[in-house]
Amino acid sequence: MITADLATVLPELLLALAGLGLLMFGVFHKGDATRVVSVLAILAFAAALLVMAKGDTQSITAFNGLFQVDRFTVFSKGLILLAAAFTTAMSVDFLEKEKIGRFEYPVLIVFSTLGMLTMVSAGDFLTLYMGLELQSLPLYVLAAYNRDNQRATEAGLKYFVLGALASGLLLYGISLVYGFAGTTQFSSLTLVLGATEGAAPSMGVIVGMVFILAGLAFKISAVPFHMWTPDVYEGAPTSVTAFFAVTPKIAAFTLLIRVLEGPFGQLGHQWQQVIVVIALLSMFVGSFGALGQNNIKRLLAYSSIGHVGFALVGLAAGTEMGIQGVLVYLAIYLFMNIGAFAIVMLMRRKGVAVEGVDDLAGLSKTHPALAYVMAGVMFSMAGIPPLAGFWGKFYVFMAAVQAGLWTLSIVGLLTSVVSAFYYLRVIKVMFMDEPKGEFDRHIGKPAKLVLVLSTAVIILFSIFPGPLLSSAKVAAQVLFPG
Amino acid sequence: MFAAVLVASGVMVISSRNPVHSVLFLILAFFNAAGLFLLLGAEFLAMSLVIVYVGAVAVLFLFVVMMLDINTAELKDGILQYLPTGAVIGILLLVELVALFGSWGFAPDVEAIIQSQTPPIAQATNTEALGMLIYTKYVFLFQASGLILLVAMVGSILLTLRRREGVRHQKIADQVARTTETVKLHKVQTGRGI
Repeated sequence: MITADLATVLPELLLALAGLGLLMFGVFHKGDATRVVSVLAILAFAAALLVMAKGDTQSITAFNGLFQVDRFTVFSKGLILLAAAFTTAMSVDFLEKEKIGRFEYPVLIVFSTLGMLTMVSAGDFLTLYMGLELQSLPLYVLAAYNRDNQRATEAGLKYFVLGALASGLLLYGISLVYGFAGTTQFSSLTLVLGATEGAAPSMGVIVGMVFILAGLAFKISAVPFHMWTPDVYEGAPTSVTAFFAVTPKIAAFTLLIRVLEGPFGQLGHQWQQVIVVIALLSMFVGSFGALGQNNIKRLLAYSSIGHVGFALVGLAAGTEMGIQGVLVYLAIYLFMNIGAFAIVMLMRRKGVAVEGVDDLAGLSKTHPALAYVMAGVMFSMAGIPPLAGFWGKFYVFMAAVQAGLWTLSIVGLLTSVVSAFYYLRVIKVMFMDEPKGEFDRHIGKPAKLVLVLSTAVIILFSIFPGPLLSSAKVAAQVLFPG
Repeated sequence: MFAAVLVASGVMVISSRNPVHSVLFLILAFFNAAGLFLLLGAEFLAMSLVIVYVGAVAVLFLFVVMMLDINTAELKDGILQYLPTGAVIGILLLVELVALFGSWGFAPDVEAIIQSQTPPIAQATNTEALGMLIYTKYVFLFQASGLILLVAMVGSILLTLRRREGVRHQKIADQVARTTETVKLHKVQTGRGI
């Protein structure tokens, strides 16, 4: 019994042991161990990915239903592990140049990723909460990681206080749902809610669900729970921001899908209204908020709020096709963002990091290759065909239209046009303005690899969309049996 | 009564002028929460609340508050500015929740579901029942919470530990290794000095 359970959680087990081992290694290693520990952490991510890919892809539950593995979790865990590995790889050089490298950094990333894997696989609200906390605690620490920098400590504190509030909301919601159903397990909750079908669902469980939604919306930084995002993204060290922007969002988003389509699937009408409103607001704030930003990290923060809004459109549709669209969107979002952040990390003059949009001026003359990659990423984020970002938006809007959500899709298209303005502004600054001076020439190997990879995905997706589309489809089918 | 005192002391925690009084009210709040647990028949939770929170956490708070010189008047300045908005939102939520509990409904056969998860109360004491569940059914969560605590520890060390130069450490090995050749022993007589 217990062996079978352990075999199911093998990837998580591996990461947990790797985290503990790396911690001990770092403590007893003489001198600076950041680089070695980072490399080992990436190997651990790769190993976990391999184990997961080799493992059984049938739907299994372990530990009395606390934990579940199926194709949906495998898909999202794959994305999370990839994102974690890429961001760790990019951060090594950055940390060394900023002289803030410490071996705890990769260790905390490993633990945070472990938390994300746990919450994605949650089969019970208790597991969900444990995973969420294991995920967020390292993030709070990482935000304040550069502790001699006032902005970083402010970012860490702000994130911590608001994150604690969101956890409180989530827990309160879980307690309300428990008060109604007497169980926190997803599968029994589905049964309980399914039994009352036809009759109007109890107010208590709906309020509880809304509280849970609010808690999770904070984690994906959807409006109106987005206040922390620009400040934290700006204050935290860039390598941490890159991690923030991608990995936890994918994890929280897949968790949101799982919770809404799983136990609360019967309450579709109730949560659909909430999601529609959140999606509308996120798209608005994401596109209009970014217009006046000159700091590239703040700009990317607003852009990520907007992207969350677009992805929520697919969730609002609530159909298998919508979920498939969201998963594809998240995968593309991953590659676009790591590409953008890899370039932001390379923005330094004479050893000092710069973050203004106008610092990019004339990049096409000083570093043509970087400028073209950045232009590709920006075009893709703006959703210009034939780049990958266009297809991401295409699938979610298609699903929304088929589900009859006309207003949502029209507003989505309009805000997408507005947001294209600031993406194009970045390109205009890079290609048409006079150079303000060169960036430092050194580009590390990991950064090169990440840049090449993200460009390749952005361009090649429209030619070979097959593998990603079909795996997302298989993953989405799990949620809609029969 | 416990609940009323709990809420009242909760209010006092955030409104009292002296931070030390705040912590003392916090302790009162913990005791009342423990009392509530006792009334519910959860004696293990009540005791661990008193031991852990009152015994360790609150005392630690008290020390920190006494050591740091916090100017509460300065902190209070902002409060009036945000009070109206906060109060409106809080009251709205309160009204909604009261209305909610007025019309609270349960799922059918909710009692059977709850009963099936725990060992019968007559057979096991509180502590036994907890132990039976935590180490068997919920072992995964138990381990996960262990990891969370570890992360908290690593994080706090990472954010606060500084290696300072020139700190004098006690080297016990060196002290033990000293012999009579390097140490001069004096026998000091009373009232004389060396």
